[in-house]
Amino acid sequence: MDGASTPLHAKPDVEDSALANDFAVELRDVVKLYGEVAAVDHVTMFIRHNEFFSLLGPSGCGKTTSLRMIAGFERPTSGVIAIDNKLMGATPPFRRDVNTVFQSYALFPHMTVEQNVAFGLQMKGINKDETKRRTQEALELVRLPQLAGRYPKQMSGGQQQRVALARALVNRPKVLLLDEPLGALDLKLRKEMQIELKTLQHQVGITFIYVTHDQEEALTMSDRIAIMSRGKALQIGSPLEIYERPNCRFVADFIGETNFLDGKVIEVRGDFATLELPSGQTFVGRVSEGVRAGAHATLSVRPEKMQLLENASSTAANTYQVTVFSIAYVGSDTRVIINLGAQRIDVWEQNSSSTLNPDDYFFKPGENAWLTFKPENALVLAG
Amino acid sequence: MTNSTIVVMGDRAEYAPPAPERPNLRLGQLSLIAVTLFTFAFLYVPIIVLILFSFNSARTGAVWQGFTLSWYQRLLGNEALLTAAGRSLIIGIVSTAGSVVIGTLTALAMEREHFRAKAVWDGLLYMPVIIPEIVSGVSLLLFFAAGGIERGLLTLVVSHIAFSMPFVYLTVRARLADFDRSIEEAAQDLGADEAKTFWLITLPLLMPGIVSGALLAFTLSIDDFIISFFVTGKGWNTLPIYIWSQLKQGVTPEINAISAVLLLFSVSVIALSLLLQRRRN
Repeated sequence: MDGASTPLHAKPDVEDSALANDFAVELRDVVKLYGEVAAVDHVTMFIRHNEFFSLLGPSGCGKTTSLRMIAGFERPTSGVIAIDNKLMGATPPFRRDVNTVFQSYALFPHMTVEQNVAFGLQMKGINKDETKRRTQEALELVRLPQLAGRYPKQMSGGQQQRVALARALVNRPKVLLLDEPLGALDLKLRKEMQIELKTLQHQVGITFIYVTHDQEEALTMSDRIAIMSRGKALQIGSPLEIYERPNCRFVADFIGETNFLDGKVIEVRGDFATLELPSGQTFVGRVSEGVRAGAHATLSVRPEKMQLLENASSTAANTYQVTVFSIAYVGSDTRVIINLGAQRIDVWEQNSSSTLNPDDYFFKPGENAWLTFKPENALVLAG
Repeated sequence: MTNSTIVVMGDRAEYAPPAPERPNLRLGQLSLIAVTLFTFAFLYVPIIVLILFSFNSARTGAVWQGFTLSWYQRLLGNEALLTAAGRSLIIGIVSTAGSVVIGTLTALAMEREHFRAKAVWDGLLYMPVIIPEIVSGVSLLLFFAAGGIERGLLTLVVSHIAFSMPFVYLTVRARLADFDRSIEEAAQDLGADEAKTFWLITLPLLMPGIVSGALLAFTLSIDDFIISFFVTGKGWNTLPIYIWSQLKQGVTPEINAISAVLLLFSVSVIALSLLLQRRRN
């Protein structure tokens, strides 16, 4: 991967969009070095107008640095950033048509909620009446008009969060940047705010760039997600693309759960590749970029995409006799760990009946079963 | 025995286990109370005596004769004293203003800029706090004499800035240590340039630190005797120097009265500073 982040089985973003050169935000070959370390390493991404775009990755992957470069708090070591088709170069944050919702909210503690929200409008030199009206509107948008006179420290985390949102949105920026804005909230409030944010984004029609390390949050809210690791954007695509067609081992592992089977590619035919495990079994899955016959590769198959059967034909593809190692009932499904030779594989069987008898479950630890999955439900990944 | 030692030694009485009634423990507690009382007496009895005798109608000596406010009335008619007090006030205000500007900007630079041997520079800024005043006084006198600078208002103000600036520096630096810089970024993000960010965000948020530093600097300036004594010129008596010069004729009730006023003034300023710091939390 050299940072040229192209979704698998899809044309590059540039050609994908109806208006080929009209983007809310563009990053072209952006690098940010801190000493010798590349916090952001040749990242290219094109963010469309009115898109909910997430930067997702573990801490230290470069997502916040990327956001800060768009906001203007950091300058790229090399590469270019354009906002609304205008090159930013050394443009300071106060002359960029973007606003940020900070992880710590960064509300002005010495100002009331109303003063906080009005701040951006005052800086723009907007007259008193309009400032008052728009501040009021923004507070209504986040459902806090009754708290206009409060100081930030007199409010709960969730309320402060909404003030931060109103303070940014009141300026009607081209792009709203959100740096893990829900990170400090408890789980229940976070879920509520996820829905609220998504609704709000539709309502105001502003491009949102959203930084998070929470994959579920990113999948729930985003139109598209960029998966970042060690400064690189590994894959950019819709939640569906990212989950169903990860383009590398890291993405497959980071998003959701999966099983990896390492082996050697013995054949590539059309959209499919055949992989041979060191223990001799062969598996077929969808071929992905960079997979060559004779090279090492990894088969990735998600636990919910496999079945365990009592009987099966050993000649069918991806079908082997296995030993059940353990069974865990987790409500919506039953999580079975099986042994295929020395390889451990997780299989999740959906609990579609509501039996109360645990013995009704077909398999018990130590018993034999047949594992099977369709080739189109597995991916052969390079490396 | 061990049990009682813990209670005597430690001031965290809540950590002591519920001790059984033991005679040596009672003795420990009693001696602790005695020491505490002695400490307070040692610190405050002289001051209380001074205040009491400022209301004593006797002209001399340590014998109580009766209550009077006449010494305080006399202060108001003493022109030399009022002039000295006025000078002290002017020097206090001007040197505090200087200390606040220099101390705040130095704190900002030390907290936010990166340069070599920062710890050394930081240490050098603390130094005036521990340098013996007599050494500061003599060195400043030498410096002004060598530079051919006439001693008077200017030398007093410069010297007062020199010894009070570190206190402003320390309080502002402490305030900056837990300053969330993303608040300034938020202001810039909302369209405030660097100057507006400084005046509208940074300065108001540092204000409690600046004010308590300024109050400290001001009281230090008003109280200072040693350094002022060295760097003052002819006819530039400050209030402490005036008090000292009057002592040549012995301790009079009038001096007791000035001292009491000065004490009240200092205590009020420090109380105000503490109050402001508490409000910030």
